[in-house]
Amino acid sequence: MLLQHIADGVLSGAVVALGAIGLSFAMKILRFANFSHSELLTWGAYFALVFLGFTTAFSDFFGGNIGPLSFGWPLLIAMVLSAVATSVLALVLHALVFEKLGRGAGHMTMVFASFGIALLLRHVVVLIWGPNPIYYSNELQFAVLLPGNVRVMPDQVFLLGLTIVLVVSLHLFMTRSRAGIAMRGVSENPDLARVSGVNVDNVVRWVWVIGASMAAIAGVLYGLTVQLRPELGFGLILPLFAAAILGGAGSMYGAVIGGLVVGLSENLSVMIIPTTYKPAVPFLLILLILYFRPDGLFGERR
Amino acid sequence: MTRNVLEASGIFAGYSPELPILHGVDLNVGQGEVVTIIGPNGAGKSTFIKAIAGLVTVTAGNVQLNGRNITHIRSHRLAASGVGFVPQNGNIFTTLSIHENLVLGAISLRSKPARQRIAEIYRQYPVLQERQFEKAGILSGGQRQILAVARALLTHPRLMLLDEPTAGLSPKAAAELFSVVRSLVDSGSSVLMVEQNARAALRVSDRGYVLAEGRNHADGTAAALLDDNDIRHIFLGMPQQYADHHIAGQNGERDHYNPRESN
Repeated sequence: MLLQHIADGVLSGAVVALGAIGLSFAMKILRFANFSHSELLTWGAYFALVFLGFTTAFSDFFGGNIGPLSFGWPLLIAMVLSAVATSVLALVLHALVFEKLGRGAGHMTMVFASFGIALLLRHVVVLIWGPNPIYYSNELQFAVLLPGNVRVMPDQVFLLGLTIVLVVSLHLFMTRSRAGIAMRGVSENPDLARVSGVNVDNVVRWVWVIGASMAAIAGVLYGLTVQLRPELGFGLILPLFAAAILGGAGSMYGAVIGGLVVGLSENLSVMIIPTTYKPAVPFLLILLILYFRPDGLFGERR
Repeated sequence: MTRNVLEASGIFAGYSPELPILHGVDLNVGQGEVVTIIGPNGAGKSTFIKAIAGLVTVTAGNVQLNGRNITHIRSHRLAASGVGFVPQNGNIFTTLSIHENLVLGAISLRSKPARQRIAEIYRQYPVLQERQFEKAGILSGGQRQILAVARALLTHPRLMLLDEPTAGLSPKAAAELFSVVRSLVDSGSSVLMVEQNARAALRVSDRGYVLAEGRNHADGTAAALLDDNDIRHIFLGMPQQYADHHIAGQNGERDHYNPRESN
């Protein structure tokens, strides 16, 4: 039973980790808590649904499902297109709202603007796709039995594998590429980065693109293993913030570890408290982190 | 006559348009010159250098670099235009490695020339190469300043702006840094420096400007400023008695003032 909860915790933590990376970058580089970030997960999931409608038209060309998974290449291509579309949406929001406000508005104005954007995004989803749950695939999938009597769906194993690949790729980007090093430089000291020749405005756009892409993929993976509904992102807002705060603003590795801790805490908590209280666990984590280590595990000490 | 690399005229600037800190400052830096700005706290020395670097908004006046107007240039284009800036505080990226600091300094160059320039900097400052994979945050104060100057040097700047480069350094490290400042001229750069350690800075400078309350107070050759009785008394921290005493001696003599005599 314990192993099953650990496996479930790691799998749900992987989705939270992907979503929290972008939120953590935004908190550090854009310097505000972006409450609309979780809605990018929802939009990513629904964008993929739209693109899936187009790509399944070519399913004869792509073939059927990949191995034991419940989906084939059409969904993977739709996921990539969804990451692009969500990035465009994020860049539009940045240009129309956050960039303009950022020139003169204070931190709280940005936070409240992000609340408003979140509400708007969520209700536009309801307006377009309706309030009822939707599934990418209606196929039934059977769990695979692993050693230790742990049962996982093949889709969940794919989710974990893809998360690992994305985190390693992002690590290489941040440490080996000039754009990644520039991003880390802006995160630490934007003025120094600027006089060193870094176009900070471009770096900020990269932050939106990376954050939105990760959020879109997290949204698709969540929709794949659970279901699509307009509150998909809203339901993840506390776990995302808990992971980003636990890891420390701006730390990618912190966000990943934070995501896993949140996922494990939520799933292990049901062994000692009723499942109804499970959503309160991330909130409790946020309180504990802010009380004992406000800069998070990997954040810079102020 | 020396060609001017930097010509700043009538500069008004500040952190808020309603409250300018600089009130029409004029300043030139000639080719191959080291020019130091001195003045009391709050005179606007650092604000002036930040205004040139584009970090403080210039509300009136004109800044020309080699005849090109750079008054409202965006800061990130400054490095590519030939200006290197070493701020007083936070002048290195402490969470990045020494090598990554240099990669960022060379970001306005293409990849291959950037690699070549970093290799040249390593030859010039071997201590940076030896510790290239270490976090810059663990360097000593003097080494940090060397890294900061090296980072700004990567783009072969025609003008180096140094804001209080010896702040917080030991006398030995400060002396080493001033010798680095002179070597910048040998490598083809001109230098504009703001320095609290005014006497030591003027000794390695060709010319100096005195700012007070955001306005030009005086300017001249470094030797003339060092010998000006009023400036020595008001801006170089020497009592009038010492100034009178020193002026009677030979110019450039080692200070031999005994503070007890002033009591």
